[in-house]
Amino acid sequence: MELLTPDLGLIVWQLVVFGILFFVLAKFAWKPIVSSLHEREQSIDDALEMAAKTRQEMAELKAGNEKLIAEARAERDALIKRAKEASDALIADAKAEAQKVATEEMDKARAAFSQERANAVAALKADAANLSLEIAEKILRNQLADRSAQEKLVSDLLSDAKLN
Amino acid sequence: MKKLYFSNILAFLFFAATSVFAQEEHHADSTAEHATEAVTSHSEAGEAHEEGKLDLGHLIMHHIGDDHKWEFAHGVSVYLPCIVKTEKGIEVFSSSNLEDEHGNPVEYNGLKLEHGKIHAVDGSHVLDFSITKNVASMLLSAVLLIVIFLSVAGSYKKRGLQSPKGFQSLIEPIIIFIRDEVVKNNIGEKHYRRFLPYLLTLFFFIWFNNILGLLPGGANVTGNIAVTLVLAVITFFVTNLNGKSTYWGHIFAMPGVPKWLLVILTPVEILGMFIKPISLMIRLFANITAGHIIMLSFLGLIFILKVWAVVPVVTLFSVFMNIIELLVAFLQAFIFTMLASSYIGSAVEEGHH
Repeated sequence: MELLTPDLGLIVWQLVVFGILFFVLAKFAWKPIVSSLHEREQSIDDALEMAAKTRQEMAELKAGNEKLIAEARAERDALIKRAKEASDALIADAKAEAQKVATEEMDKARAAFSQERANAVAALKADAANLSLEIAEKILRNQLADRSAQEKLVSDLLSDAKLN
Repeated sequence: MKKLYFSNILAFLFFAATSVFAQEEHHADSTAEHATEAVTSHSEAGEAHEEGKLDLGHLIMHHIGDDHKWEFAHGVSVYLPCIVKTEKGIEVFSSSNLEDEHGNPVEYNGLKLEHGKIHAVDGSHVLDFSITKNVASMLLSAVLLIVIFLSVAGSYKKRGLQSPKGFQSLIEPIIIFIRDEVVKNNIGEKHYRRFLPYLLTLFFFIWFNNILGLLPGGANVTGNIAVTLVLAVITFFVTNLNGKSTYWGHIFAMPGVPKWLLVILTPVEILGMFIKPISLMIRLFANITAGHIIMLSFLGLIFILKVWAVVPVVTLFSVFMNIIELLVAFLQAFIFTMLASSYIGSAVEEGHH
């Protein structure tokens, strides 16, 4: 039963020792330790949060960059397309123009050629007529000794001449 | 008279609440009886061993109790100062004055030791505030705690937000464990910081004293009812002085219970207010004392049986028990802190019905 009887002396000493221990530890140990722990945890949390935020910003930045690149690429494609269209149109125009000019030239040439040909034929006809006349004159001079022969020849010549 | 009354209540609670310890004590008693029997039969066999006549029960009770000198080993004692308030005034003297060279109590200044307690020879009232073995051990633990935790606090101040290093990294997980798993879990995010210093002090005080008690020659501080009584009473006051309206509401008018039932429930709840700290007091005292008794009983087996062959078995068992006790030392400190936090937590809890 002695075990179960608390001694007054020990109770008083325990109160004193525990009380002093509590005040000393609370002021000089627990306060700095607990606040340091809290601060450190806070700073770790902050750092982690910051890292996550930065990562997200980076991702956003990357997405933005990709978007920009895609836009630039699209613009470039559009530009190239437009340029190609323009050049195609230009070529087509030029072709058409050239065709037109060529046709005109051909027509002109053809007209000139027909003219020339007509002129040449006319000249040739004139030359041929003159030549025939001269030949005829010479032949006539020789052959047309009599009148009937002369007349026959003239009529033949005339009928031949109509063939031209 | 008042003291006697109190110890009667304690005794009643003791046997009612902890049958475990009751068995333990019974075990110790029976071991003591065995010891006496064994020794008697031994001497009856004709071998006269004067020093063999040991009363193990008395020896164990002496070891787990308080004393005015600190006996580290047989014959190696430190005499502690006695501080006594008698009718003549306060007297301070060494406890070596109270016994002769054979360890028998002698009278000094009208004071004499009776069963380890200082009494006045003339029967007048004496108040004993001596630095006993338990007080000395407690002071030692307090010095140890202050030195250790002030140095740890120093490294926190020095290292700032850097990661812990050295001794700091040994202590830090324990502090964080107590803070997060014990205090924060039970008291809640809002109030826990207020009670953290008390509960940390409580935990480390109990733990350190438990461990110091396990050392050879160590005192049984946390296995002393006066020590656990003070810790329980402080916890009682911390709990009830911080009681919120919800807490008192649950004691005096449990919500959601028919009025007539309150007649039964309210006294039970009021009783509960006191039973909680009393259970804290008895649990720690009983567990630590029981551990000491078991260890001493094992070692006592050697002296009872007086057979060499028993030594390895006893050694093995003692080592095993010592390891268990090391665990118990932590566990009981943890449980005390855990329950204290849960009582405080229930007191500061906000209504959520």
